Amino acid sequence: MSNEAATAPTAAEPDAEGEPSHGLGASLTHADARAKTEGTFPYAADLWAEGLLWAAVLRSPHAHARIVNIDTTHAREMPGVRAVITHEDVPGTPRHGRGTPDRPVFASEVVRHHGEPIAAVAADHPDTARMAAAAVIVEYEVLDPVTDPEQAFEAEPLHPDGNLIRHIPLHHGDPEAAGEIVVEGLYRIGRQDPAPIGAEAGLAVPRPDGGVELYLGSTDPHADRNTAAACYGLSPDQVKIVVTGVPGATADREDQGFQLPLGLLALRTGCPVKLTATREESFLGHTHRHPTLLRYRHHADAEGRLVKVEAQILLDAGAYADTSADALAAAVSFACGPYVVPNAFIEGWAVRTNNPPSGHVRGEGAMQVCAAYEAQMDKLAKKLGADPAELRLRNVLATGDVLPIGQTVTCPAPVAELLQAVRDFPLPALPKDEPEEDWLLPGGPEGAGEPGAVRRGVGYGLGMVHMLGAEGADEVSTATVKVHDGVATVLCAAVETGQGFTTLARQIVQETLGIEEVHVAPVDTDQPPAGAGCRGRHTWVSGGAVERAAKMVRTQLLQPLAHKFGMSTELLQITDGKITSYDGVLSTTVTEAMEGKELWATAQCRPHPTEPLNAAGQGDAFVGLAFCAIRAVVDVDIELGSVRVVELALAQDVGRILNPAQLAARIEAGVTQGVGIALTENLRTPRGLVRHPDLTGYALPTALDVPDVQIVKLVEERDVVAPFGAKSVSAVPVVTAPAAIASAVRAATGRPVNRLPIRPQAAVATDR
Amino acid sequence: MGQREGAAGLTTHAPQAAQAVTLPTTLDEAVAALGAVPTAVPVAGGTDLMAAVNSGQLRPAALVGLGRISEIRGWQYQDGHALLGAGLTHARMGRPDFAALIPALAAAARAAGPPHIRNAGTLGGNIASAAPTGDALPVLAALEATLIIAGQDGARREIPVSHLLAGMEMLRGGELIGYVRVPLLHAPQVFLKATGRTGPGRSLASVALVLDPARRGVRCAVGAIAPMPLRPLEAEQWVAQLIDWDNDRALVPEALTAFGEYVAAACIPDPAPESDGSVPALPPAVLHLRRTVAALARRALGRALS
Repeated sequence: MSNEAATAPTAAEPDAEGEPSHGLGASLTHADARAKTEGTFPYAADLWAEGLLWAAVLRSPHAHARIVNIDTTHAREMPGVRAVITHEDVPGTPRHGRGTPDRPVFASEVVRHHGEPIAAVAADHPDTARMAAAAVIVEYEVLDPVTDPEQAFEAEPLHPDGNLIRHIPLHHGDPEAAGEIVVEGLYRIGRQDPAPIGAEAGLAVPRPDGGVELYLGSTDPHADRNTAAACYGLSPDQVKIVVTGVPGATADREDQGFQLPLGLLALRTGCPVKLTATREESFLGHTHRHPTLLRYRHHADAEGRLVKVEAQILLDAGAYADTSADALAAAVSFACGPYVVPNAFIEGWAVRTNNPPSGHVRGEGAMQVCAAYEAQMDKLAKKLGADPAELRLRNVLATGDVLPIGQTVTCPAPVAELLQAVRDFPLPALPKDEPEEDWLLPGGPEGAGEPGAVRRGVGYGLGMVHMLGAEGADEVSTATVKVHDGVATVLCAAVETGQGFTTLARQIVQETLGIEEVHVAPVDTDQPPAGAGCRGRHTWVSGGAVERAAKMVRTQLLQPLAHKFGMSTELLQITDGKITSYDGVLSTTVTEAMEGKELWATAQCRPHPTEPLNAAGQGDAFVGLAFCAIRAVVDVDIELGSVRVVELALAQDVGRILNPAQLAARIEAGVTQGVGIALTENLRTPRGLVRHPDLTGYALPTALDVPDVQIVKLVEERDVVAPFGAKSVSAVPVVTAPAAIASAVRAATGRPVNRLPIRPQAAVATDR
Repeated sequence: MGQREGAAGLTTHAPQAAQAVTLPTTLDEAVAALGAVPTAVPVAGGTDLMAAVNSGQLRPAALVGLGRISEIRGWQYQDGHALLGAGLTHARMGRPDFAALIPALAAAARAAGPPHIRNAGTLGGNIASAAPTGDALPVLAALEATLIIAGQDGARREIPVSHLLAGMEMLRGGELIGYVRVPLLHAPQVFLKATGRTGPGRSLASVALVLDPARRGVRCAVGAIAPMPLRPLEAEQWVAQLIDWDNDRALVPEALTAFGEYVAAACIPDPAPESDGSVPALPPAVLHLRRTVAALARRALGRALS
């Protein structure tokens, strides 16, 4: 989509409004942009080592089965096969899992989902490895899968830990409160796959000291290193993870069930081992967005002010817990949305089934409830005969209001301002007003769309999401800044996943030290940990650590000068590589002051602590919140049920804009992912078996599916607790866009639209 | 950033294995090459074949590339028919000069996928793959096209495309689809496709409809809802006798709607009655598909007659 940005990876040009060319507020171009565009950027799948072996993983074809016997004899005897490993060959901890370690490295007695790893093979050719994996004879006793999360409560335990992963009963306010107007609804959200554009790949290289190096596109290298070391029975310093280019990550991209066999095989054979997942394996391996069932009842007074919200939220966690407990906390906490709700009674469950495991995907939990509470607000508006935007404005949250979890909103929450901005933005022209323009009908340029059957609808979505880990998670990051010969280098284990962290890190150092040439070193686990790349952490925590380290370097640099002239370092200023004092008496260049010195500083950033939700779902669980308002305009062919999103007008609360071009790109990316949830993306798993695990069957939005994204307003109200006052921006458009699109389809068709993605039959309005 | 070097001499370049590839320049050479190596697989655009190779489902021992056979990359005229080369790409068929000849095939070619697929994928490949969702197939079925199959030693035989798609006649070893013979009807033709999205996608249902004023016929084929395109012959005959072929061909909206429903009911029939005589209802998804086919057929006829 952003072809222009990619083909012109020159230094950012200052635009007409005097945007700076470097430092904070500049639209600095990504350092890897050219290499990525030209296809020379090395991803893990491109790596190769002399004498490497190829790995393949045997995965379960059943959703639920008892393993009677595993016979690897034939596979081992095949020429070219160097090792075949199963659960018997795991020297250390045989379980792993983000959040909760409940997942076997290799299934031993029972398989709990389609695609669960059972054995792995290393051979001298990828085809040999695949054939050998297929030659492992597994005798199954197929069991009935539990695929309906509502059945999980009553079903036999699928796992020693039981079927209930977490239950949060949130009680807030007066249970007897009742409103004059009551609306109810039942909503279903499908299973979105993060579908990283580059499938998982990795290379493991054994070390002479008995350790192993893993070259992976990991987004949380230190956590992955610790899990790997425990699995291999090694100490953490014997395992090193080197992060290669990450080809797309909108979630915890790497499946550890894929990383762990790689190192085991390298240690077993003493040879480098490479594994590149096929698209099918990628779909089977990594975690998905939680399919969710939501039941809501909203009470409001005659003016449409919310009195009480009751809800039941059921997350299908799939076979293993992963981060489902966190997703449930977000779903329950944000179940009422960015509205003032004095009384809330929300009950949430995350349960185990034999479906593919669910985990972290951008805006998890918050996205599902947003689609439901916004549908409820539409119903309320319809029942009251009120304008949907007006009804929302009567209820919006502001700074100082209390969330249903009992936490007071202390950060900027300009929700009303955001909604007014998108509401007042001019609507796109109707085709009849622009006869010269080609009208892109629902169904596409060569589709079957007929103008007479097309109805236009306008809908609103208001969304919120938390930033950083919640409920007492230790969100810490460490960064080192080095300056030598007029060049600054940042060492920080925050992984660049495409979110633009390395660009921000460069800008932060430019801003603080006045040095234009800044490099960000590649990431490996020899550096101190920076944590996972998710929930907007790195902008906040790692960005904060880089700033502190840069400030420490600045002090080291200026101290001798300040001392010489008898003034404090605060009175000196660095701009454009020159150091000047406040009164202009002193003027020298950074290069001169740096002469012969190499300055290093390491700093940490740790935001203020949070607390877990208590038994009644109450607690100060979140560090920061981000808000977004979207107005969607859609065209629907009411006979075929095909939907085209014409325009999404968006207003977002961003704290402070650090890089305008990158910010816009992140918002567009988020909106695109939201369009996918709303219209096309759903990984179907009838009877627990993944259907069509490929990018033809799983329809990601293309340039034609994504509408004109109008960024109407970016509210820059600094969040005082965040470094630079900046909020992370990627997640909240994902949360909000599906709700807005569903709302618009509702307006166009008059149909309830209570299921995402919206199937064509749900948008047909002729037999009304 | 260039190549990244790491432990153990890591590089980003893997050695490439050599493949046995023949690149003939005439149809007869290609057929001979296939005859010489019976395990060789012909490849034109490769949009289906290479996906199978990349996913490890197919490891052809040798490839015969058809991309350099210029005689099958264009078309020629032959007694009221066009003889289309099997190597015509979708992109080529989508252009205006081709659209003036066979509008429905051009529309199907333009709808056949994203630009990179249309640039590579060919007419012959679409027929040989015979995927239910192949967009050219309902058009060829409606046009009652025939295939000219090239065999060993210059042999040529002609079979109707529907026979191949139905499996009544198959390609034999060492044979290639050389040409597709399509009548030039000089009348409106329509191809409509429902995909459920705005961007290019596989069709959920498609309808090709062509008018044949010389024979006073309407021919219609419905794609993607069955393993091969379906022809609602009774509906075609019924509507053809309603049309005033010599004057304004337009029909009243009620007739268009009835035609749509006729086509849909023919292609997606009601379930057989139970023993007690009650007819079970179709599942909602099938009902929606039937409604979609009806809307497409109605719109297609309306556009062809307007």
